[in-house]
Amino acid sequence: MNEAYLVPNPIAPNQSVCIDHDKCVGCNCCANACRTQTIMPNPEKGQPPIVIYPDECWFCGCCVGACKREAIRIVYPINQRVFFKRKTTGEVFRLGGPDSPPQTYFKPPVG
Amino acid sequence: MNWHEYAIKHGKLPEWPYEISYGKENVVESDVLVVGGGVAGCRAAIAALQQGASVAVAERGFTKRSGLGGAGVDHWHGAVTNPCSKITPEMYSDTAMKISDGYTNGLARYIIGKEGWDTLLELEEMGVQIRDEDDEFKDTMFRDEETKLLFAYDLDNKHCLRVYGNNIKPCLDAEMRRLGAGVYDRTCITALLTEGGRQGARVIGAMGVNDRTGEFFVFKAKAVVVATGGGKRLGSFAPELTESQSMFHINLTNMGHTIAWNAGAELVMMDQLYVGGLDMGYAPYSMGNADNTYQGAPTVDANGVRVQHASATGTLLTDERQIFQSANPDTFVIGHGIGLGPTNTQEYSVSTLDHALNDKISSGELRLPLYNDFTLLDEKHRRLIWGLMLSHEGKTRVPIYETLSKWGFDPDKDMLQYAVTNAELLSHRSSWTGLEHSPKNWVVTAGGGGIITDWRLQGSLPGMFAAGGFPLFGSGCHGEAQTTGRYAGRQAARFASEHDSAEPDRAQIEREKRELFAPVENEGGDIGWKELNYAIARVVQDYCGRYKTEEILDLGIKRLKDLRDTEGRRTYANNPHELGRLVECFRLIDLGICYMEAAKARKASSKILGFSRVDYPEMDPPEWNCLLPISQSDGQVHVRKLPCDYYRQAPYSDCLAENYEKYTVPAKKEAT
Repeated sequence: MNEAYLVPNPIAPNQSVCIDHDKCVGCNCCANACRTQTIMPNPEKGQPPIVIYPDECWFCGCCVGACKREAIRIVYPINQRVFFKRKTTGEVFRLGGPDSPPQTYFKPPVG
Repeated sequence: MNWHEYAIKHGKLPEWPYEISYGKENVVESDVLVVGGGVAGCRAAIAALQQGASVAVAERGFTKRSGLGGAGVDHWHGAVTNPCSKITPEMYSDTAMKISDGYTNGLARYIIGKEGWDTLLELEEMGVQIRDEDDEFKDTMFRDEETKLLFAYDLDNKHCLRVYGNNIKPCLDAEMRRLGAGVYDRTCITALLTEGGRQGARVIGAMGVNDRTGEFFVFKAKAVVVATGGGKRLGSFAPELTESQSMFHINLTNMGHTIAWNAGAELVMMDQLYVGGLDMGYAPYSMGNADNTYQGAPTVDANGVRVQHASATGTLLTDERQIFQSANPDTFVIGHGIGLGPTNTQEYSVSTLDHALNDKISSGELRLPLYNDFTLLDEKHRRLIWGLMLSHEGKTRVPIYETLSKWGFDPDKDMLQYAVTNAELLSHRSSWTGLEHSPKNWVVTAGGGGIITDWRLQGSLPGMFAAGGFPLFGSGCHGEAQTTGRYAGRQAARFASEHDSAEPDRAQIEREKRELFAPVENEGGDIGWKELNYAIARVVQDYCGRYKTEEILDLGIKRLKDLRDTEGRRTYANNPHELGRLVECFRLIDLGICYMEAAKARKASSKILGFSRVDYPEMDPPEWNCLLPISQSDGQVHVRKLPCDYYRQAPYSDCLAENYEKYTVPAKKEAT
């Protein structure tokens, strides 16, 4: 706890996408699908990629679409987390907020 | 895991994961080189391959998903020859020109009108759905029962279609590869090769660097199609804050404009510069609105009081169908987000919210925040917006449709909040964009400026063709990019079949290599690419913003050159990624100079161009109502005046159809 290192300031957003290390097999499909090199392969083969340039992430989600194991998700920057209101109850929720309701919309895309 | 976490966990820096070979020279030869593998570039490649040409594609990212249209699309504009449409290619082109005071590309818009539907039909053959095949939207006003096509924006004229475009890019990528394209991903093209290395000569290829390996590429080709994306890093640059909320990503540096400018080609409308930011908003489509993809979504205030829709000219609408009609029966909704910028009339625009929204909020009649209440729509219409449009538009399938659902948002139950901002903005455009948070002097360079071409879409340099919404001046959005790409690819293949290849000038190649790789050898370098980019953006904001005069523009050009020759020489690149970004910065300096030279050339102000000169304040004097093609050679800048309708004046016919028939190359389905 009382140890510290000299490191550069954290970048913002800290982590534009989050990779689940339990699901990821290090195939780097997400890194290949990324147009900006936000995600780069881990130097150690088979390990999860590194989110190296989160400040370049366009949040297009192509990495999410490329992952065959559902191991990667978008993390909205905190200043981008929008609000919605449940009509019947008047409750207001924030995207990524502490009290987000469980998912109820599961309809697949049209087509 | 991000960089900090890796470094702390492992106690060392992560090694670069690819083998580096800075400057290793690779030579690629083809009949046609396509610069930029977005939707326009892929269509150009496919069309050229179908004509029998060999094709190489150089792409900054990854062709399967990159480009502005890479994540998907929900509308197809300009399909005016579809069987339901009441609009003709002539009406489409002439109206675009009329409402823009001539400052758009009437020639390209005619080609788009003429071939947009055919381009979409070909896409359908490649596996992209364009019709309501499952009859999910049967008996709705958006559908034609016979063709099963679904319409947007204008239900009377039926020329804009809703499409299921999420898989467009993978389909184009697969088709391009099936036909034998050589695809070179992760390649940042930095210059065109010209015959003898001379500015203004025939274009015979291009050069670039790979951002994984640092290797150098020389592409030799008989014809080149420039099909790059737009740009924003020149004037509005703040990626940590803006990347997530922008329609333009960080790879977009108007590189096609710059390599054409540096090769000596003529560009026009580079004086269309908007001052004011586009980026300081929220993630695209993430907030409530009644615009674009959300057209027709009901809006309510904080108390649930309905906000009425209004026609583009302000008439309050009472019937849902009216939202999808033009403001008067003699006009049509030409389209939305198709690069037409401000226009001289609202009569051809889409409907909006109540124009008195601001007054009603100020008086307390309506209360902020506003919400989209999707529950007020019937299930079919709600599915049309949420299930079709939002799940197929680029930047919405994963970021909005999937992510919002995972966080519990349910359009069957929930209301999506609008941004809290100036209601005059809210009533007229998407609530997630622009807002009032952007620095007042940001310059948006995503105007209609670009390469000027003849009826073959060939620029002023032989062998260089232009395609897509950005490098081709004033030419539109997604469907338009595919259509001009397909047309230009055929033309490039024809040119290649009629010309021999030419050997590049070794001195030009060596010059480029020296400049490109200097930062990796610069051991005393102490300036990174980002600081240089911020500095470039500052010069453009200050010296090419609201307060332009001859002296200020000269100062701006001088300051950009100073940046290149002083701080620019102190830059370093730690790896091929930083090298790619840095090279883009050097090209941004060239591009900034191009914009400032174009601004110097117009000695008047102009409303449609969003162009202001303090020393020439008169708005749109008739003698300046013209295009100003600008080019450079041997250190000199050349400008001439050209009528906006140059494409129907001598040597061309006044008849658009006649010109098209004379110059078009017929499409072929398979390679011969």
